Amino acid sequence: MNLFQKTTALSVSAMLAASAPAMAQSIDEKVNEIFANSTGWFVSFIFSPFPGTTFPWIVAWLVVAATIFTIYFGLIQFRAFPHSISLVKGDYSDPNDAGEVSHFQALATALSGTVGLGNIAGVAVAVGIGGPGATFWMILAGLMGMASKFTECTLGVKYRNEYEDGTVSGGPMYYMTKGFEERGLPAGKILAVLFSIFCILGALGGGNMFQANQAHAQITNVVGDYPGWITGVVFAGIVFAVIVGGLQSIAKVTEKIVPIMGVLYVLTALVILLLNFDKIGWAFGQIFEGAFTGLGVAGGFVGALIQGFKRAAFSNEAGVGSAAIAHSAVRTKEPITEGFVSLLEPFIDTVVICTMTALVIIITGQLVSDPATGNYLLNEAGTAIQTIDGNSGVALTSAAFSASFGWFKYILAIAVILFAFSTMISWSYYGLKAWTFLFGEGKTKELVFKLIFCLFVIIGAAASLGPVIDFSDAAIFAMAVVNIVALYFLMPVVKRELNSYMSRLKSGEIKKFV
Amino acid sequence: MSEKILVGFDASDSAKRALDFAVAEAKAHDSELVVAHVLEWSPYSFLTPQELEERHKRRGEELERAEAAMITPVLTKLKDSGLKVSTALKYGHIADTLNKIAEEQGASQIFIGRTGHSGLSTRLFGSVAGSLAQTASVAVTIVP
Repeated sequence: MNLFQKTTALSVSAMLAASAPAMAQSIDEKVNEIFANSTGWFVSFIFSPFPGTTFPWIVAWLVVAATIFTIYFGLIQFRAFPHSISLVKGDYSDPNDAGEVSHFQALATALSGTVGLGNIAGVAVAVGIGGPGATFWMILAGLMGMASKFTECTLGVKYRNEYEDGTVSGGPMYYMTKGFEERGLPAGKILAVLFSIFCILGALGGGNMFQANQAHAQITNVVGDYPGWITGVVFAGIVFAVIVGGLQSIAKVTEKIVPIMGVLYVLTALVILLLNFDKIGWAFGQIFEGAFTGLGVAGGFVGALIQGFKRAAFSNEAGVGSAAIAHSAVRTKEPITEGFVSLLEPFIDTVVICTMTALVIIITGQLVSDPATGNYLLNEAGTAIQTIDGNSGVALTSAAFSASFGWFKYILAIAVILFAFSTMISWSYYGLKAWTFLFGEGKTKELVFKLIFCLFVIIGAAASLGPVIDFSDAAIFAMAVVNIVALYFLMPVVKRELNSYMSRLKSGEIKKFV
Repeated sequence: MSEKILVGFDASDSAKRALDFAVAEAKAHDSELVVAHVLEWSPYSFLTPQELEERHKRRGEELERAEAAMITPVLTKLKDSGLKVSTALKYGHIADTLNKIAEEQGASQIFIGRTGHSGLSTRLFGSVAGSLAQTASVAVTIVP
C-alpha cells in the first residue's frame, strides 16, 4: 500500500470512527423500527412455516431440491466422490496449465466463504434445541446438499463470461441469462436481476453485518465488553485495505490461516473424541435414537429434524448460488469437473466439520439429561435443552471444547474472527459480482459498492440490529428460491454434460496426466 | 549425436555464471543448450476470489514478463555463439519442474547456479540446487 492509499484509508476510518458511536446510539432504534416495519413481511414470508406445523417452507424447499438433484443425477455425490478427490489432487490437470487456477484453489476459496460461524455457532444451536438427533438430519442434509452444489457449480462454469483480457465472471446471474436464452426459456433476465438484488442484500447482511456482529461478540467474550464500533472500524479498515486498497496480501494471509484453523479445529475435536473414545458408541446411539424419537426435545423428532436441516442449509449454502460464483474461475475445458469438485464442499463443511462440533458437544456432556428416563431436560421456557452452564450458541461450543482443553476458547475466538473475516471478503466479492451485473462494470460503480460494504461492517459490529440481520438471512435464502428455480430448468444441461463426460472417461478419452 | 545441456536460469549472478559455464561446456562437447526458467507455483496455494478471477490474465502477464527478462536477453547474448539454443518457460515447483523439462527434452546434464541464501529459510525449506541435486535423474552441476 502506498502512502496515498494509507492516508486515505486512515482518514476514512477516522471519519467513520467519529460518526459511528453517535450513529450506534441514536439511530439504532429508529433503524430497527423502520426495518422491522418495512421488511418484516419479507422475513416472515421466507421463514414462515407450513400451516399447522413449525416446519419453515424454505428449509423444505432446499431439502426437496437436494433430493431431486440426488435422484436425477443418480446419487452423483457417492458415485463421483473418488473421482472428485482425483480432480482436486490434480491427477487430471494438464501440467501445461500450471499457473492457472487449479481445482484445489477454487475449492479452497469457495470453502473459506462457507466455513464459518455456521459450523461453530449454528451447530451448537441445532444440537442445543434439537438434541443429538439433529446431528443425524444435519449429516443427511449435508450429503444431499452435495448434489445441489454439483448442479449449480457445473452451470456456473459452463455459462461464465470470459472477457478478452482473460478475466472471468460467473455465477447464477450468468447461467440464468445465457442458459435460459440457449434453451429458449423466457424470464431468465428477470430471475437474474432478482437473484442479484438478493445477493447484494445477502452480502451486506449475512455475509457482512452478521459476521462483524458475531466476531465482536466473540472478542468481548474473551477481553471483556467495549463498544462495538471500535471492532467495526478496525474490521472495516482491514476490509477497506483489501477490497479498495487492493491489499491482497492481508486476504492472502487469512486465506492461508483459515484452512490451518479449520484443520486445527477438526484435529482438536478428534483428540477430544479419542480421549472419550469409550463414549463414542454411546454418542452415536444418542444421535440415532434422537433422530427418530427426539429424546424429549421440543417438538420431538420433527424438532430435531427441522434444526438439523436448517443448520446444514445455513452452513453449507448448497442451492443458494453463492458457491457458483467462487467456483467459476477454475481453468478447465470440462465444466462438469468443477461440479465434481464442488460436491466436496458440503461434505467437508457439514458432514465433517459440523459433525465434529456436534459430537464434541454431545460427548463432553454439555446437555443435561434425566438419568431415569434418558430424555433430555428442557430449560424453563421449554424451548431448548438445559446445558450444564446455561450456554447456547458459540458459548456452548466454546464450553464443550474448553471442558477438555481450557486454552481452546482463545483459539476458538481467533478462529471465529478469522472465519468471519474470510467470509466477509468472499461475500464482498459475491456482492460485487451481483452489483456489476446490475449496474455494469466500472471503477466508480465498483467503488460505491465497496464503500457501502465497509460501512455495513461498522453498522453490523456496532449495533444489535436484530431485524436487519433477520432480513439479511432472509435475503440469502431468497437467493436460493430464485437459484433453485433456475436449476430445475437447467438441470438437463448438466445431465448432458455428465453423460458425455462419463462416457469419455470410461472410453479413456479423458486421461490422467500422472 | 549431440547431447543436450539444460540450464536453469533466473538472471541471478550465480545463474549467469552457470550459464557461462554451460556455454563453455556445450562448445567444448558440441552440445545443444536448453535455457529454462521456472516460475514458482503451487496448485495448492490459496487465492482470494478476486485473484481467482484475474489469474488467467496475470499468468499471461507473468509469462510475458519472464520471457522479456529471462529468456530474450539470453537468446540475444548467445545469438552469435554458434550454439543451438532452445528455451523453456514453465510454472511449478522449481526443482521438480527443471527435472521434468530435462526428461522431456532428453537433456543429459543440468547446470544450475547456487542461490546465495544461506540462512534460516534454506535450512527450513531447502534450496532449489540442493533438492535438484537430490532428486534429479541426470547429472547436476551446481555453480557457485
